[in-house]
Amino acid sequence: MSDLKLSNEEIARYSRHLIMPEVGMTGQRKLKQGSVLLIGTGGLGSPLALYLAAAGVGHIGLVDFDVVDSSNLQRQIVHGTSTVGLAKTESAKRRLADLNPLVEVTTYETQITSENALDLMRPYDVIIDGTDNFPTRYLTNDAAVMLGKPNIYGSIFRFEGQATVFHPKEGGPCYRCLYPEPPPPGLVPSCAEGGVLGVLPGVIGTIQATEAIKLLTGIGDPLIGRLMLYDALSMRFRELKLRRNPACPVCSEYPTVTELMDYDHFCGIIPEVNTLGSQYEITPRELAALLQTDDRPYLLDVRNPNEVAIASIPGTDKVIPVDQLAERLNELDTSLEMVVYCRSGVRSGRAVDLLKSAGFRKLKNMVGGILRWADDVDTSVAKY
Amino acid sequence: MATITIPTALRQYAAGNSSVSLEAETVGALLRGLVEQHPTLGKHLFSEQGKLRSFVNVYVGDEDIRYLEGEATPVSSGDTVSIIPAIAGGISRR
Repeated sequence: MSDLKLSNEEIARYSRHLIMPEVGMTGQRKLKQGSVLLIGTGGLGSPLALYLAAAGVGHIGLVDFDVVDSSNLQRQIVHGTSTVGLAKTESAKRRLADLNPLVEVTTYETQITSENALDLMRPYDVIIDGTDNFPTRYLTNDAAVMLGKPNIYGSIFRFEGQATVFHPKEGGPCYRCLYPEPPPPGLVPSCAEGGVLGVLPGVIGTIQATEAIKLLTGIGDPLIGRLMLYDALSMRFRELKLRRNPACPVCSEYPTVTELMDYDHFCGIIPEVNTLGSQYEITPRELAALLQTDDRPYLLDVRNPNEVAIASIPGTDKVIPVDQLAERLNELDTSLEMVVYCRSGVRSGRAVDLLKSAGFRKLKNMVGGILRWADDVDTSVAKY
Repeated sequence: MATITIPTALRQYAAGNSSVSLEAETVGALLRGLVEQHPTLGKHLFSEQGKLRSFVNVYVGDEDIRYLEGEATPVSSGDTVSIIPAIAGGISRR
């Protein structure tokens, strides 16, 4: 028990916790003894890692395979300008070492998968879901349920966030009780398309950190069986009741899912190369050459108007956001050779699919979108 | 009149509205009234078979209609009906 004793250095550092009777020496020791695994060191993971390290959680694990990019810094405050290009786990570890050298930080520069999830989570008391996609959310949920560990969930979109604690072992529901099935790809926009207010993950991640501290110290009423909703624009918090699904495939008494599965498949994600044939693709360089000729194609931009205001390809003939395309097909001429583009080539790929099924044939998707155009054709174009 | 709150992710299909007030007896009728006003919302709320999609949760007050009477759950004047879709957050790079 000797290592559980707080040193004078720790007593000084955590004094604002220690003087509160609800935390005190007992609570602070529990934090020191406690361990938390953060899945994702991005928008939600940033405030989580910072506050949990500052609070003196003894062992923090960080899982991320991504690299710090300058577009992350608008919200991912654990990273900095000096660590752009570095692995996010390493970048965060450096910041945490400066913030609180007394906590142990373990980094896993890898993607969490069905193969490694249980081993990654097993040593930790609390799992925190700060990921950004549906397959990883279902994977994190299922693995946490199978290990009987609490999973602190947070999710954000534009100005809106959700948070709750999934903890079937304590009688609460799991993510699958809330959402038995994932939405098919393309039906729910991602943050890359939808954007996110930079302070929003700060609010939701801090709620998750609060719940982690409460679970580790055993104080207060945990956010189990309640879904907290936050709307930054109206500045409103609302709370909904979550119930355990008695027929839940994962957390019910007789589960039908007892081992981890292929979550990309479960979420309907098919490798993109198979969805469109190469005859429906054109590179930015090929398009640039074609635009110099007499039979230049009709150029359709399927991004939103606020994106068009940031950067655009000169000579664009029309802008129709991909979500409006189905109702505005009458504005397009099937007989024209057409090139469709967006930011990265994903939405334009969807647009080409849609146009194909509507009878358009002379179509091409500009692969890599305006991002690759900026790399390969015109470096003066801003990347966003 | 009951008020339906529209989540951010679906506002673009509801002319940007964050809430819509409608007269209806049940949750199902209320949602179908909403889709009548904003047809592009339809495929986001209902499957091709016309069933409420399983990744869209609907609450009357703070209760999930799955634990009430589903689409037949009665709504009274002044009720708030919330549509809560699954959101993943972040950037789907896969």
